[in-house]
Amino acid sequence: MKDHGDTGHAAEDKRRIGGVLMALENITLRFGGVTAISNISFDIREGEIRAIIGPNGAGKTSMLNVINGFYHPQEGKITFRGRARAAMKPHEAATQGISRTFQNVALFAGMTTLDNIMAGRALKMHRNFFWQMLRFGPALEEEIEHRRKVEEIIDFLEIEHIRRTPVGRLPYGLQKRVELGRALAAEPSLLLLDEPMAGMNVEEKEDMSRFILDVNDQLGTTIALIEHDMGVVMDLADRVVVLDYGRKIADGPPQEVQANQDVIDAYLGVPH
Amino acid sequence: MEERSASRDLVSIPALLERNVRKFGTSAAYREKEFGIWQSWNWIEVAEEVRALALGLLALGARKGDFVALIGRNRPAFYMSMVAAQSIGAIPVPLYQDAVAEEMAYVLGHCGARFVIAEDQEQVDKVLEIHDRTPEVEHVIYLDPRGMRNYDHSHLHAFDDVQAEGRAAHERFETEFETRRSAITEDDICVMLYTSGTTGKPKGVVLSNRNIIESARASCEFDRLTDKEDVLAYLPMAWVGDFIFSIGQAYWAGFCVNCPESSDTMMNDLREIGPTYYFAPPRVFETQLTNVIIRMNDAGPMKRRLFDHFMAHARKVGPAILDKKPVGLWDRLKYRLGDLLIYGPLKNVLGFSRVRVGYTAGEAIGPEIFEFYRSLGINLKQLYGQTEATVFITIQPDGEVRADTVGVPAPGVEVKIGDNGEIYYRSPGVFVEYYKNPESTASTKDAEGWVATGDAGFFDEESGHLRIIDRAKDVGKMADGRLFAPKYIENKLKFYPNILEAVVFGDGREMCTAFINIDLTAVGNWAERNNIAYSSYQELAGHPQVYAMIQAHVEEVNRAVASDAMLSGCQVHRFLILHKELDADDGELTRTRKVRRRLVEDKYADLITALYDGSAEVRTETEVTYEDGRKGTISATLEIRDARVCETTNDKAAA
Repeated sequence: MKDHGDTGHAAEDKRRIGGVLMALENITLRFGGVTAISNISFDIREGEIRAIIGPNGAGKTSMLNVINGFYHPQEGKITFRGRARAAMKPHEAATQGISRTFQNVALFAGMTTLDNIMAGRALKMHRNFFWQMLRFGPALEEEIEHRRKVEEIIDFLEIEHIRRTPVGRLPYGLQKRVELGRALAAEPSLLLLDEPMAGMNVEEKEDMSRFILDVNDQLGTTIALIEHDMGVVMDLADRVVVLDYGRKIADGPPQEVQANQDVIDAYLGVPH
Repeated sequence: MEERSASRDLVSIPALLERNVRKFGTSAAYREKEFGIWQSWNWIEVAEEVRALALGLLALGARKGDFVALIGRNRPAFYMSMVAAQSIGAIPVPLYQDAVAEEMAYVLGHCGARFVIAEDQEQVDKVLEIHDRTPEVEHVIYLDPRGMRNYDHSHLHAFDDVQAEGRAAHERFETEFETRRSAITEDDICVMLYTSGTTGKPKGVVLSNRNIIESARASCEFDRLTDKEDVLAYLPMAWVGDFIFSIGQAYWAGFCVNCPESSDTMMNDLREIGPTYYFAPPRVFETQLTNVIIRMNDAGPMKRRLFDHFMAHARKVGPAILDKKPVGLWDRLKYRLGDLLIYGPLKNVLGFSRVRVGYTAGEAIGPEIFEFYRSLGINLKQLYGQTEATVFITIQPDGEVRADTVGVPAPGVEVKIGDNGEIYYRSPGVFVEYYKNPESTASTKDAEGWVATGDAGFFDEESGHLRIIDRAKDVGKMADGRLFAPKYIENKLKFYPNILEAVVFGDGREMCTAFINIDLTAVGNWAERNNIAYSSYQELAGHPQVYAMIQAHVEEVNRAVASDAMLSGCQVHRFLILHKELDADDGELTRTRKVRRRLVEDKYADLITALYDGSAEVRTETEVTYEDGRKGTISATLEIRDARVCETTNDKAAA
């Protein structure tokens, strides 16, 4: 199966990956005296899977937080869809089409899978609170429309059997999938995944990889992901940026990055 | 009179479809749950879908007599595909969806299918993987387009595209379609089904239109099935039972076939649909009962007492009430109260509130399990059948249901017992032949049409019902000449919820021994309640307390067997608990989950030796196949235990 997928992959690359969706230029982020990210530039192109890797404490999650507006860098410029971006709040990032998942699952444990994903549609709801309380006329119509969308996601992620199960009762791998579902519910143009495979067994990783590829391929969503499992990164990513101690040490296609001496040193350490 | 002359034209499934469009028109023919909602197709829509696909297949160059393989779970699109293939003189061949590429290569190569209709990327990948060995496959059609965009589409088509093509080309192929459809006779092939085969390569059983239509008609009349029934189609489409229930009987009676959303949501969908006619192998009933018991054990003491009290009453009078036998007024009232408090809600949870007729077959069902469902007022019956018979050989009529027999010959079926105890039958449902295998056909079916079942059994003298002992070839003699019927003992063992599978040895030996597989759900739950920690199946299986529990079961079975004059020699003297579950992926079970005895014997020869040489434990290494086809090994040291056996009349006589 891999062969068919991969040959197609390479041949279609040109068509699939478009122009620059987001450009980060000379980003520096400090917390007091600590420089978490220093002078990093890279871009994310439309339709690609972009991996951010690096050893512990390299600044990967900080980078993701900069991208979705949770942290505001002291220096540097972020251009999203060709427009320079002012300091924004995460919910503003969400309205602009950026959604994310978290390193530690952040779902509403007492709510069902369905409700959790429905919550991801909150930004798409237009009727106000009172309309929704009445659940009548246009509000009802809207809800039906959203429900249809949510059901499509449930079908896409093959989680029909846990539709009505409170997510707190689900195994970890499935919770991660529900979280992906919630991020997808906002119909993002840029999806940020913070260690989507952390703590998963081989089978769960294979499933999750499949879903990430499918999201990218079928829905055309641009994906930026942080991941520690090198095998996964090499298989999934179109381009990889490598961070170490808040600096960018490599940027390029997976094979190239893998052969880079700085990257090898960063991961294995160098003799002093 | 009109009905009679009409029925002479009803010689094929496409003909039945035409009649159903006229007769039932807008009532539902199929339902499938998708996007959380039950979507339905009425008979008019079904006919339109079938026609569009048939025309599409013609546009792709389908010839009369072509084989069209189908791979996927139960979905209306697949059932309609089968009818579409039949409409243009092609022959549908449904395959097991969980078959590995290897098995699929054999079947596709054997029938030389030109068309494959596959459910999704996973199945398409399998077909492409084996393409160099199955060059006859010309077109692959897939239902779910997900992940398929980057594939080479020169011989790959989306299902919807084929239908659209068919609709667009209807001018060109209309005449051809009508000609082919009206040319179908009752002797034409209706379907070819591969038997999973407990031994050797699968065989393609060819069933004619007459086989299917006659069997469907007779069985519908037997249970008075009408167009008001609802069935849930969840059993493998490659299995003859599903073909008869979801196509044969559904088209004959005109009832609705409901397809679950996915295999994991089956239980939920069952509850939502509430079928009126239901079929399940014993294993499904067993699992459901195990779940009920587990959940009751976790319930509060008040609920548990109520449950135990009313279940005891149900066991006492339930079956009699179901069989419409005289029952006292007080007992009736109490049963009614129980129905209100316990039986009704329980049936609702299980999805059996509306079941009018339920069947189980394929293997013997435990008497306690069988009685449990019957005492709740569910009309569960047994039947005995085979692919070669188009299912029906014997069947239990209402009011004559027993746990240990399989009923009387089905309408139109003659049954006789051979000299060696083997069961033979002759009926309108008897298969045409094994495809490209005249030797096997000749050795199974004689010139007069009698078919050897391969099962040994006898007619119970008082009731006139058939009782199955075992596979005829497995029935053997022990070293001292006593009868050896392993299946009989295995079934008795398997009736314990803690035992999932058992394999008994003893042919030509002094004594019987057994391999046991524990049921991880039941034993795991027991372990949890008793604070027994375990990290794997293997560890739990080797636990001394688990051994003690299983030993108690084995000894109980020995006591029961000892009282049977014919089979008293089959008491289990020594046993061990296997370190892994027997698995179809390792070839130890068939896809329908029957034990492949010879293979197990060869694979675990070292364990069998240890069972007979008196050793107390044995070290072994076993190869296992993972779901993705990779292989690994597990090693273990297994304990072997002696079980107490009872003295039998024979022993006393010998002494």
